[in-house]
Amino acid sequence: MQLTKDLVAASATPLVLAILSEGENYGYAILKRVNELSQGELEWTDGMLYPLLHRLDRLGLVEAEWRTPEGQRRRRYYRLTNDGHAALDEQRAQWTMITTTLKRVWEDLPMPGPGLDPMAGARWEAS
Amino acid sequence: MTTTIGDNTYDLEAEIAQWRSFGVGRPGVDEADVDELEDHLRSHIDELSEVGLRPDEAFLVAVKRMGQLDELSREYAREHSERLWKHLVLAPEESGRSDAADRRELVVVLGLAVAAAIAVKLPQLLGQPLDDPDTGGFYLRNASLLVLPFLAGYFAWKRAVGWTVLAAVGVVFAAAAVVANVYPYGGDGHTEILTALHLPIVLWIAMGVAYVGGSWRSSSRRMDFIRFSGEWLVYYVLLGLGGGLLMAFTAGAFDAIGVDAEVFVFEWVLPAGAAGAVIVAAWLVEAKQGVIENIAPVLTRIFTPLFSLLLVSFLVALVVTTTRLDVDRDVLIFFDLLLVVVLGLLLYSLSARPPQASAGLTDWLSISLIVSALVIDVLVLAAILGRISEFGFSANKTAALGENLVLLANLAWAAWLHIGFTRHRYRFDRLIRWQTSYLPVYALWAAFVAIAFPPLFNFD
Repeated sequence: MQLTKDLVAASATPLVLAILSEGENYGYAILKRVNELSQGELEWTDGMLYPLLHRLDRLGLVEAEWRTPEGQRRRRYYRLTNDGHAALDEQRAQWTMITTTLKRVWEDLPMPGPGLDPMAGARWEAS
Repeated sequence: MTTTIGDNTYDLEAEIAQWRSFGVGRPGVDEADVDELEDHLRSHIDELSEVGLRPDEAFLVAVKRMGQLDELSREYAREHSERLWKHLVLAPEESGRSDAADRRELVVVLGLAVAAAIAVKLPQLLGQPLDDPDTGGFYLRNASLLVLPFLAGYFAWKRAVGWTVLAAVGVVFAAAAVVANVYPYGGDGHTEILTALHLPIVLWIAMGVAYVGGSWRSSSRRMDFIRFSGEWLVYYVLLGLGGGLLMAFTAGAFDAIGVDAEVFVFEWVLPAGAAGAVIVAAWLVEAKQGVIENIAPVLTRIFTPLFSLLLVSFLVALVVTTTRLDVDRDVLIFFDLLLVVVLGLLLYSLSARPPQASAGLTDWLSISLIVSALVIDVLVLAAILGRISEFGFSANKTAALGENLVLLANLAWAAWLHIGFTRHRYRFDRLIRWQTSYLPVYALWAAFVAIAFPPLFNFD
């Protein structure tokens, strides 16, 4: 599915924080997990994950460490800090509020059927 | 497209090495980042190979998914603006910067430099003396007003700032012009000198709003402005040294053949050069001639321990000799300047430091420098407060005292944060944000002195 750039950017932080709350991880595995969770619908430009991780590191939400696990390549592992957990809770509350609100208003609207133009969203975005 | 199966000539390692070499050295991207990206690339290639893709196919897909290196490096640069400082300015969004754009900028810079030089000379040609004790210091009060608008104009043009920002900066300059020229200064000229000293600080920070392209709320942009200010100073001093040599040789050479060039040199070359160099130095910092960023950290490393040593030995001498500090206004100003130097060293060492690095020797040196400066300053302050309670407030003493307190507050909290940082209680980001959020305090205090002191002290 084509998402707007803004939506991808906004949802990336809570998603990465949530994945790291499952345990420490490295970039490639985080992306695989995103892929898995969204069943392949959410497509990021892979490289963009890293500047995001560095930003979270600077803000103190995650900690990074280079490590070489047995029989593997040297990798930078990211771990959620206490601040990161707090930020995740905060983000979660906000997103829950948004999704519940949207759900309430969408309950009354008919679901878009297959007859709708699938490219409408992309065109609207481009305009 | 080749259909050979089991193509042995394909060298994946060479491809990866080449891809790496495209990444390293881009603005904002450092070696460790590329290591991280390479690991990602290899993980992806491994996985694609497992599901049956050939190495070259897997490589192509993985590289494609990684994204355009240009966009990627821009994203890194946004996040690590301190690294950018070592490269050129942000790679422009649109495809490469053309020579024509560079040339146009050069023309604008030279035009503004010449305009600044003319602006400085014009009042004199219209009858304002360079330095006349009777008419007060027109040039003393207006020097920054004659030059800094052009610098602000340069950045307003370069960053293409909006009308609101332009108007805000313009209002500050207009207000400064009123304060400098409408106030009825008289008496001993104390408040006039105070205004003359404080207006440039206000105007410099107002110019900073144009420098950051209007995004003055952003901490990292403010830090860029602090870096810019430091490097601008270094370039300006370098240009000044070169210009001084040039003038000395001009005067000397013409003197040797019996032509007196001194009037020309001192009345034309000096003021025009000093004004034009303000713009040119800013342009040099912008265009990054790639020298200073290597010098600044080195200078900081050399002078931080030396200054700490000086301060500690002064403190020991003060205690051993048990001298009563003989404090007057000059001493207070001297210690203000000392605090400014300490703050400058601190800012340079902060800005030159990779934020990810953990606390080390440099941090302890900075802390010892700040703490010893603070201890000395508290002693001096105690002495001066005694003096003031004895002889009352004067404009100069009050201004110097205020400056001292402004700097003291900054350094005290900076020391606290820095100690916390070495104990992993605060993140490095906090140190930077403290300094950047303190910038308006300088502007407000300087504006207060420039605007409110003359009426408060009867334009003495």
